[in-house]
Amino acid sequence: MNDLQQLGQILLQSIFAQNLVFIRFLALCSFVGLTADFNSAVGMSWAVTFVTVLASAVSYVVYHFLLVPFNLEYLQTITFILTIAVFVQLVEIYLKKAIPSLHRMMGIYLPLIASNCMILAVALLNVTEKYNLLEATVFSLGASIGYALALIIMAGIRERLRYAKVPELMKGYPLIFIASAFIAIAFMGLQGLGR
Amino acid sequence: MKSLLSIFNRGLLKENPVFILMLGLCSVLAVSVSVVNAIGMTLAYSFVLICSELTISSCRKWIPKSLRVPIFILTIASFVTILGLVMKAYFPDLDKALGIFIPLIVVNCIIIGRVEAFAYRKSVIESLFDSLGMSAGYGIAIIAIAVVREILGNGTLFDIPLFGAHFQPALILILPPGAFLVIGLEIALVNAILKKTEAKRGTSK
Repeated sequence: MNDLQQLGQILLQSIFAQNLVFIRFLALCSFVGLTADFNSAVGMSWAVTFVTVLASAVSYVVYHFLLVPFNLEYLQTITFILTIAVFVQLVEIYLKKAIPSLHRMMGIYLPLIASNCMILAVALLNVTEKYNLLEATVFSLGASIGYALALIIMAGIRERLRYAKVPELMKGYPLIFIASAFIAIAFMGLQGLGR
Repeated sequence: MKSLLSIFNRGLLKENPVFILMLGLCSVLAVSVSVVNAIGMTLAYSFVLICSELTISSCRKWIPKSLRVPIFILTIASFVTILGLVMKAYFPDLDKALGIFIPLIVVNCIIIGRVEAFAYRKSVIESLFDSLGMSAGYGIAIIAIAVVREILGNGTLFDIPLFGAHFQPALILILPPGAFLVIGLEIALVNAILKKTEAKRGTSK
């Protein structure tokens, strides 16, 4: 039971109180670049969730069974980025052959993901927070749900902003960031969740 | 010489990586809590950008086109690893403050973008000026945000208190929402400045 509570805590913390986009400031490039329309935000969220959860498990295995036994922990950045890049390629090839419908849905987003800082960040955070494999998986799932939540909220807001009358100078990026500031305040209000 | 200077100048305002291109925002927003951290991050970032651009541009004739992206990533990751080890050894406090954003320089879109778009095609000297200009532009942006956040959110500059004991700092600017607020307003300001200079140029012609 206690373990289960711990996992629930990690999940809630990673979705809300430590939201990857609004509180930890990760994956902002895709947050700004891909929220212009709703469909691409949803597609990117699916692709990121899929890859983050699997890549965090793979990098966990690489770290604990390849780097730690040989005292090579200082190579983690290089190893993780290579692992992720190779893994994304493999996922793309596999999906193309095996599940074409899924590939159609998130295929165009997969190449973007390799340079998405979120996946490397989750793999590195798993190491610094000393999570075990199960905790790491739950954390990466929560982090990607938090990311999807942020993208979808922002895409909805931007769709409304398109029809709003705003000052000329604030059009576009400035308003996106100021809207994010207010959403971030809301997320900070959930700080106590899962404590 | 003039063209080299114009390569340098481009990074400062017209193609500022943060305010105009909207790249590499993660570290800018996360680290701009204090000016000292911002300067540390700028130095770390410049080291990686300058070294990677120089390496790639001096070896560009031997890098096959089909393998270029993995080679770029490995080069950048090696310099980031060197940087991480040096910082852990000599600046442990700064390393702790910057935390995960040091290894995340690897996936910073500006660096791989500049290496691919500039260093792989141009000479070493031009790449040097390009990387210096881009680093300066990044530094200007992150320090401009950090100055506002530290003065108004903490009442200090370089950790020196500026106001009397009665000053109530606006804590929100130090917290995550403040970063979004300040960068939003500063982008609007940069847009206003660019528009004004363009209008002036238009009338003088």
